[in-house]
Amino acid sequence: MSQPNLNQLEKLASQIRRDIVRMVHACQSGHPGGSLGCADYFVALYFHILKRNPGFSMDGTGEDIFFLSNGHISPVWYATLARAGYFDEKELATFRQLNSRLQGHPATHEGLPGIRVASGSLGQGLSVAIGAAQAKKLNNDNSLVYVLMGDGEQQEGQVWEAAMYAPHHKVDNLIATIDYNGQQIDGPVKDIMDLRDLKAKWEAFGWEVLEFNGNNMKEVVAGLERAKTFTGRGKPVVNLMRTEMGYGVDFMMHSHKWHGVAPNDEQLEKALAQLEETLGDY
Amino acid sequence: MTKFTFTEKKDTRSGFGVGLHELGKSNPNVVALCADLIGSLKMGDFKKEFPDRFFQVGIAEANMMGLAAGLTIGGKIPFTGTFANFSTGRVYDQIRQSIAYSHKNVKICASHAGVTLGEDGATHQILEDIGMMKMLPGMTVIVPCDYNQTKAATVALGNHHGPAYLRFGRPSWPIFMAPDRPFTIGKADKLIDGKDVSIFACGHMVWQAIEAEAALAEKGISAEVINIHTIKPLDVEAVLESVQKTGCAVTCEEHQINGGLGDSIAQVLSRHYPAPVEMVAVNDSFGESGTPTQLLKKYGLAPENIVSAVEKVIGRKK
Repeated sequence: MSQPNLNQLEKLASQIRRDIVRMVHACQSGHPGGSLGCADYFVALYFHILKRNPGFSMDGTGEDIFFLSNGHISPVWYATLARAGYFDEKELATFRQLNSRLQGHPATHEGLPGIRVASGSLGQGLSVAIGAAQAKKLNNDNSLVYVLMGDGEQQEGQVWEAAMYAPHHKVDNLIATIDYNGQQIDGPVKDIMDLRDLKAKWEAFGWEVLEFNGNNMKEVVAGLERAKTFTGRGKPVVNLMRTEMGYGVDFMMHSHKWHGVAPNDEQLEKALAQLEETLGDY
Repeated sequence: MTKFTFTEKKDTRSGFGVGLHELGKSNPNVVALCADLIGSLKMGDFKKEFPDRFFQVGIAEANMMGLAAGLTIGGKIPFTGTFANFSTGRVYDQIRQSIAYSHKNVKICASHAGVTLGEDGATHQILEDIGMMKMLPGMTVIVPCDYNQTKAATVALGNHHGPAYLRFGRPSWPIFMAPDRPFTIGKADKLIDGKDVSIFACGHMVWQAIEAEAALAEKGISAEVINIHTIKPLDVEAVLESVQKTGCAVTCEEHQINGGLGDSIAQVLSRHYPAPVEMVAVNDSFGESGTPTQLLKKYGLAPENIVSAVEKVIGRKK
């Protein structure tokens, strides 16, 4: 596929949002909120930013690789991987069902192409991404490693162990992104466990901290392009990406309530009416 | 059969350090990570010769396990080093999700296991690690018995694919295995032939079993001593072959009675060849400060405890 233009990226995002809502509805479980909020990031990443080899290899030698640390937003990742050709879109219909490769949270166990480590228990993905970035350096492989985390996930201690490590070891082939949507299961992040000045925290740990709006395709592309220009400069990069949980479906936005709840039949219809079918449903 | 004696004592962790250094020379994909315990884990030689392949992680074991999982993506073979307590209980979920479930080729190398850690006391004397690690699907669990075998096990892990846990210790301990004795992961090593009882031991307790065997011989009891250096996958065939001959078993480990080697042996026997089993292990308690010798005695892990267990189990034979 040749590099899609902005309009095509937006169409992909709309289709992937439809996929997400349909997947979660079909199994009546899963996490639509964060998935919808991050659809623009995933589309920009897989269809514009990542330098990808054809097919899938676990080692990802000579290509950019991505890790999802907040594994509960698996619907957006699976839909993106399918639309990017890692596996047949029809397989999205098996999400969370018995004998599926599309586990509730991402796993390598069933051999789903595109997944390199299990995630779901939060706080672990940044460490894994840093290790993979260091392996690339040892292999003289100058491609990049990307990782996405949640903002609620910043409450996990391991995140800060990893945050301290990467600048110390000058891991500068790594672009982390935090889905800064301000919501977690129990409510607004600031009420549950306030992160206070997240930017200042990451800066104090020695990271290059960038910010962009994660629900505007043009800004997501520009933000990730800009992040790339900061690699290879002796320090890791982290993007604070402002998103709206549930973005694209009006009644799922401005609340934490759709973090992990599936729509019923009527809600599905209402949601799909707001999301254009651009590439054909799976 | 070989008579097992020793002229020299050395800590098993030094066997790990030498084995790791050797692996570093023979396999450029071997990398090492340490959480601020280079001296204790004897990783200094590796670090000195291969600084680019050595990662100081600081006191952050959870991050270390994640880094190791990530390093395998790209073909590296990471060996992590810290105390057994911080290698397992502290980071169980990281090992479970990022390493075991993800089937990453990480070698978790753990020193200072068991009560023979000594004076540092119970906070550091983990006695539950074998159980935790053997419960993880796909995890290989190895507990070598002396310096030479720890070195051999470390080198063997360089050619083994998949997640593995290597448990060793702090104290100076008899070196009684020949340096060239073959070591195969998953293959039990019969040290002494016998006909009245099968003694299955791992780690430091193998030497205790050898001493017990000598005392038993003086009493006219013929004990077979088998070194179960690989607790998982267990050499079921060797266990059954021995117990079918002797009719009873004693297990010896520097670990809780729950969840360790004894459990594994008892499970095999109860399923395939029911026979009396006695377990020499720590009886559902934490350790404490003391010298290794004092602690082995107080917690029932001395050769005389093995002798008593043997006499008891033989008495239970039908």
